[in-house]
Amino acid sequence: MSILVNRDSRLITIGLTGKQGTFHTLQSRDYGTNVVGGVTPGKGGMVHEGIPVYNSTYQAVKETEANVAMIFVPPKFAADSILESIDAGVELIIAITEGIPINDMVKVKSVLNNSKSRLIGPNCPGIITPGECKVGIMPGHIHMPGSVGVISRSGTLTYEAVYQLTQRDIGQSTCVGIGGDPVNGTNFIDCLELFEKDKDTEAVIMIGEIGGSAETDAAKWIRDNMNKPVVSFIAGASAPKGKRMGHAGAIISGGDDTAEAKYKVLEECGITIAKSPAELGEKLASVL
Amino acid sequence: MNVHEYQAKELMRKFNISVLDGEVAKTAKEAVEVAKKLGGNIWVVKAQIHAGGRGLGGGVKLAKSLDEVEQFAKEIIGMQLVTHQTGPEGKKVQKVLVEAGCDIAQEYYFGIVLDRDSGKITMMACEEGGVNIEDVAHNTPERIIKVRIDPATGFTPYVGRKLAFAIGLEGDTMKKCVKFLSGLYQLYTQKDCSVAEINPLVVTKQGDVIALDAKLNFDENALFRHPDIEELRDPTEESADELEASKFGLSYISLDGNIGCLVNGAGLAMATMDIIKIFGGEPANFLDVGGGATKETVEKAFKIILNDKNVKAILVNIFGGIMKCDIIAEGIIAAAKSLDLKVPLIVRLEGTNVSLGKKLLQDSGLAITAANDLADAAKKAVSAAKGEL
Repeated sequence: MSILVNRDSRLITIGLTGKQGTFHTLQSRDYGTNVVGGVTPGKGGMVHEGIPVYNSTYQAVKETEANVAMIFVPPKFAADSILESIDAGVELIIAITEGIPINDMVKVKSVLNNSKSRLIGPNCPGIITPGECKVGIMPGHIHMPGSVGVISRSGTLTYEAVYQLTQRDIGQSTCVGIGGDPVNGTNFIDCLELFEKDKDTEAVIMIGEIGGSAETDAAKWIRDNMNKPVVSFIAGASAPKGKRMGHAGAIISGGDDTAEAKYKVLEECGITIAKSPAELGEKLASVL
Repeated sequence: MNVHEYQAKELMRKFNISVLDGEVAKTAKEAVEVAKKLGGNIWVVKAQIHAGGRGLGGGVKLAKSLDEVEQFAKEIIGMQLVTHQTGPEGKKVQKVLVEAGCDIAQEYYFGIVLDRDSGKITMMACEEGGVNIEDVAHNTPERIIKVRIDPATGFTPYVGRKLAFAIGLEGDTMKKCVKFLSGLYQLYTQKDCSVAEINPLVVTKQGDVIALDAKLNFDENALFRHPDIEELRDPTEESADELEASKFGLSYISLDGNIGCLVNGAGLAMATMDIIKIFGGEPANFLDVGGGATKETVEKAFKIILNDKNVKAILVNIFGGIMKCDIIAEGIIAAAKSLDLKVPLIVRLEGTNVSLGKKLLQDSGLAITAANDLADAAKKAVSAAKGEL
């Protein structure tokens, strides 16, 4: 078991024929993901690296029964591709693209709320269920099947956490990168809820950042709803106020969204804290 | 991206949002010309820098004669203005905005921001203007009235009425306030703002609703569709190194410490700074090379880090995903050779093509301290910066 993706997932890549789209789709296929098609408007009918290309997401879904779409479309057009995927009824949409205008995502979020689709990202590394299915840009080989769920706003920091787990022979059920943008499709609580229900997940690592209240909201949810242990790290304890730290959403704007303030709430809610990013594996091992 | 108050107000005029008459001036002489043109017998001379709190720092003065306009403009232009947002070194004032005065009856606060929880644009009002709104939000959040806007409908008049009534406006003034807010929402959405803040918004003794101050920030990710906004960028307000870095797809922020950091990914870059601090060191910068870095951009990153003369050691922390370790290694080698690197270099590589990357570094003959993991890397960097490695 796992959450969101598994060996039955049927993946299409939107923007397949681009350089990044091609590279990461092939990497995902090599990992064992069932890649059933791709979409590039105007290139429908061709076969790219053995993968059939369609003109529209509708057509791709109709022909291949895809239920997962990975979006590798440049930021100018990415919101449009997400909207098309929602309209085509894709269950799970994973937007890797970084740099989508915020107001585009405000509109997407509104449409998403009234749909059956789930969006992961944007500006995220994607999602992986080790040994079964990889949809995204993470290095597959550092992962190992197991029982720890990982949720993170950051890409490479997730790899760091996963690596520390695998080094200790602790495997992962599913790792989800929810993305570093201020408006995203899936938040910590959505993932925690799924991990709490997943019978093969025993514990969760939640990696947050400065800015916003997603971590403190999640902490309160964990306190009230979750039985499985959660270990958390918040990046940016050393970040100055008012500066955007790479991610569009990683900015301290008040007194409540600093790492210190978030740690305080997390601790009050009974979550195990790793104050150093090098302690994530060790702390997780301590709660198993 | 930030713009100056005078630029924000010029944009607001285009959206029929009422602001005071005024123009920008680069010299005291120009300031007097503007004042003459505006007429009247009272003017406000305002320093134009990208920071709040200008009044408290002595950057906003009320002039009651043309001589005073000249005198204040002379004092303010060229001054190093220190406010709570500029840092202790302050910012040099290049221009002033000269505005006509007005009879203020009451001051309020209005703002438009993104509410991250709901993913909706939110309009806010507070019956106290001219105050630090963050303090109000923290101490008495109930005094800030918020309305979330449905993107399907956008701003509708009830939103404006709700906010205007909440702060006690009535009659014609309420109607003017609704018109004002409607314009501000149009500006916010059509020009892809990330913050629009009017603090204070004033009601004059004549019952007019006017923005006394205006702060607009724009979403960097949306600038591709607003070349007119991009033109408003003032490079003197941004760090030259940060601007240079962004041209190469590098995300760089200069800090006060002495350990230069070169990392891939924003989260890992922050975490690297954090762990340096945990081991008793101070990061000199945040630097995310991103996923698409090449040998050239890595070399550029080194150059920018070394521009900071405080740097006593450099820590490279790469977890290869999209980014391949061998590319980073090639960039490090090229930089070390072309820049004649003198400070100790600590490198931690992991992930995609890690063995190839490590081999390249070993074969290069460069004096590089290899680190096994994140903690090891941070410890070594902190020792190196103290000259103890």
